[in-house]
Parts: sequence; C-alpha cells; structure tokens
Amino acid sequence: MTAVLEAIFGNAFWSAVVKTVVVFAILMVNTLFLVWFERRVVAFMQNRIGPNRAGPMGLLQTLADGIKLFFKEQITPRKVELGMYLAAPVAAMIPAFLIFMVIPFGEPITIGNTVVTLQGADLNVGLLFILAMSSLAVYSIVLAGWASGSKYPLLGGVRATAQMISYEAAMGLALVPVVLFASIQIADGSVGVGTMSLSRLVELQQGSFRGFIPGWFVFWLLPSFIIFMIAAVAETNRAPFDLVEAESEIVGGYHTEYSGIRFAFFFLAEYINMFNVSAIAVTVFLGGWLGPDFGLPSGIAWAMPIMWFLLKTYALLFIFVWLRATLPRMRYDQLMTLGWKRLIPAGLAWLILFTLVQAFRSFGAPWS
Amino acid sequence: MEFTDWIADARNIVFLVIGVAIIGSAIRVVTSPNVVHAALMLVVALGGSAGLFLMLGAEFVAWTVVLVYIGAVIVLFLFGIMITRAPTGRDSVQLDHARRWPAALVALAMFVTIAWATTVSFGDALIADRVVRAEDLGAVLFSRYVIPFEVVSFVLLAALIGGIVLARQDPER
Repeated sequence: MTAVLEAIFGNAFWSAVVKTVVVFAILMVNTLFLVWFERRVVAFMQNRIGPNRAGPMGLLQTLADGIKLFFKEQITPRKVELGMYLAAPVAAMIPAFLIFMVIPFGEPITIGNTVVTLQGADLNVGLLFILAMSSLAVYSIVLAGWASGSKYPLLGGVRATAQMISYEAAMGLALVPVVLFASIQIADGSVGVGTMSLSRLVELQQGSFRGFIPGWFVFWLLPSFIIFMIAAVAETNRAPFDLVEAESEIVGGYHTEYSGIRFAFFFLAEYINMFNVSAIAVTVFLGGWLGPDFGLPSGIAWAMPIMWFLLKTYALLFIFVWLRATLPRMRYDQLMTLGWKRLIPAGLAWLILFTLVQAFRSFGAPWS
Repeated sequence: MEFTDWIADARNIVFLVIGVAIIGSAIRVVTSPNVVHAALMLVVALGGSAGLFLMLGAEFVAWTVVLVYIGAVIVLFLFGIMITRAPTGRDSVQLDHARRWPAALVALAMFVTIAWATTVSFGDALIADRVVRAEDLGAVLFSRYVIPFEVVSFVLLAALIGGIVLARQDPER
C-alpha cells in the first residue's frame, strides 16, 4: 500500500491526476453537505425543522435534489444564443474549481521518502492566481444573462457585473496588507523570503505570542479581514448582496431561463465559491490548517490539520448562513455606496496606515 | 535550425498552438459582426498572451494579465455594451468604419515599432530558465523603470479625467 502510494506521488504526472480528482471529489461532497448545512441552520434560525427525511437527519436531501435536477427536462428557449447559453454554466464551474486547486487544506504528509502536499498546486503567486480566477467568475453570469435573450436575465447580468467589479477591488485591497505583512515578518529574520504562496503564508502563521494567542494574521490585520469578508459575501452574490438573483424584482436573475442540470451548475458554482472564499479567509487570516494535534498517535494525527481546516472554514460558512437568515436584501444604490464610498476608501486608508506603521518599524522615523 | 528539429521540442509546439490561437482570435475580433463575440475573441487572444508569459516563466505578469485585462477590462467592455444602446448581438450590424485604412496604418506602424525594438534590444539573447519572482520584478519596476512606470500612470490619469469630462452632465445646459 505504502509502496504504491509512494510510486504514485513520486511521479509528477500521476500525482497531479490524483490530486485533481481528489480536489474535485472534496468540492462535490462538500457542496452536498454545505447545501444541507445551510438549509438546516436557516430552518433552525427560523424556528422550523428543515429537511429531515432523506437519510440520517436529512443528509441525503441534496443528493436527492441533485438526482431530480439531473433527470428534469432541460428547456432551451427559442431566442437563446445557443453556444454561449450552453457554455455559461460550464464557465461558472471552472474558476470555482481552479481556485480550490491552490488552497492548502492540510499539512504535507510524508509517505516513505515522498512528501505529499495536500494542495492541488503550490503556485508562487497563489494569492494573485486566486484574485485572477475570481475575476473570471463574472463571465458566466454575464454570458448567461446575455445569451438567454430575455430581459430579466440581462438585468441580472448587468447588476452582477457592476457588483462583482466593485467588490473585487475591495477584496484585492484587503489582501495587499497580507503580502506586505508576510514580507515584513520575514525581514525580521524569522523565516524565509517574501511570498504570495498560500502554503508559505500558512507556515508564516505558525507559533504564538504571549504564550496562548496563535500567530494568525487576523490579530494584526483585523481591518483587512473584515473588509475581505464583506467583499467575499458580495463577490459570491450571497444575501444581503444577492441582488443578482433577487426573485422579487427580476424573477431569478441571470439563471431565469435555465432549467435542470444547467441550473444546478450555477447553484453548485455558487456553493463552491462560498466554500472557496471561506477557505481563502481561513488560509490567509486564520492560520489555515494550523492547530494543536493534542499529541495523538501518528495514525490519527495526520488528519488533525485537515479537521482544523474544515472546522475553521465551516465556522466562517456559518456566518454566511447566519447573514442570510438575518439581513434583508440591500437596495442597489446602497450596495454601490457601500462598495465605492465605504469599503474601498476604508481599504485604502488601512493600507496606507499599515504601510506607514510597518515602514516606521522597519526603517525608523524619517526625521531620525 | 531545421524545422524538424524545431518542432521536435514540445515547448515549440505549445508556442505554435498558442500563437495560432492568438492570431486567429485576433483576426476574429476585427471581423466578427457581433460585438459580444468580438469581445470574447479578445479574451481568447489575451488568454493566449498570458499563456506566452507563463511559458517564459513570468508567472506574476501572466496572472496580472488575466486579472486586469480579462477580468476587468473586457468585463467593462461587456458591461458597456449591455448598459448602452449598443447592438447586443442578435441582429448583425455594420461595425465597419470609414477611417479603417488610417487605423490599419497605425496598427501596422505599432507592430513594426514593437517588433523592431524587441529584435534590436534582445537579439539572440536567451532568458534565464527559471521562474521570475514577483519580488525581483517589483525591485526593477521601482528602481530602473520608475520613470516609465510613473509616466504610464499619468496616461491612466488623463484617461480617467477624459472619462469624467465625457460622462459629466453640464449643469448649465
């Protein structure tokens, strides 16, 4: 068994194939769980029971829904632009899947002499890659809205474009102090070189200060974390920023004309993106897979980092669900005001403040 | 070098495929009768150029091209097409322009200038066979090339002011 695993992960090609399949499987299973999790949590918050029939505690409900959607008739309206109409749901899935490829979800495991990183690919510029891919996510919505040849999807598409472009800027700004901070941490001589690699960012958050507070970036970069989370909710088109698919105003937004499995693809992409942004926030601000293993025997201890990662990610996902159950949808002008007049200036101000403080710490006062 | 030797290298095949994709989609950008299709073809062309940067080991530049050009500029194009009364596709319209020959001339002059400058300044020099680190790029950008960098940002500022002037409603009218 060990020899086989070692042979697989020793070979670059097979290791890439196995990792891709594993990442895909994780995302699919996770979505099944996440949809159930959301429905149950929202139900309890609204004093209902929620899905509880299919499988233990209703866990198989999503699977049943998925199978139903798979066998439904796929209606294609006559006025669609067929090529684009079919490509849009697929275009929604690709960036969502690629983002999770660069996120480390566990400590590297050593099998024999081979070290297996629990990460699809460790890019040097992982953080930039994530921003690039999340900026591509808007295409699926624009294309779906445009190709449907109907006015509500088009309105949904236009809203989505404006919203995602606005909040992408805030999201990028929130991540700049992280890169800056990583290189400052290093300049103190503690560890290695400046980095945008996600696995390195996790390593930099090791250790603790004052004995019990973990060395997570969130304790230095709390404003960045808050801005990132607000932008992340908007970026994934979740309540209270779900104007893109506001059912009371524009029917269902960009996916009005989609049915069956094509609609399910958009749905799936939304949930994967939700999981992705939470995983990014955990990796960058909350120490990723770092956590105590309580001195467990090595047979179990290897799974502890994965458990910590999932635990932290689901803590953030709970906030997503909580927001949805609590807050009403914002008006369009409020959304734009919050993005451009509050979030981006706040991000810029925090960046300048942080840079000045760090420059003061590294180089001393300019007048000295 | 013989063509058979050249094509035997897998990297050259990738280069060839990307190059053909870029040229083909670039031609479609200017010949497509549908504005949205043209914009999407531009996405393919820019994606190809990002691929070329990746082949040269310039990861940072490649993903920046994806982030800025594909993820923001073209999305704004599409946004502009959708919120204005521009033709959104379906009925193909006349996208030709009376001044197409001067435009072609400018494009050709641009191409010749860039090709000439690249050939003259690099010649047969080989690039280092490694991934360029973002840190080195930043250091070079803010020391040796700091003046061109600032000049480019002034061009962007001018474009921004131009945009505001065009979009502003004159209160006197």
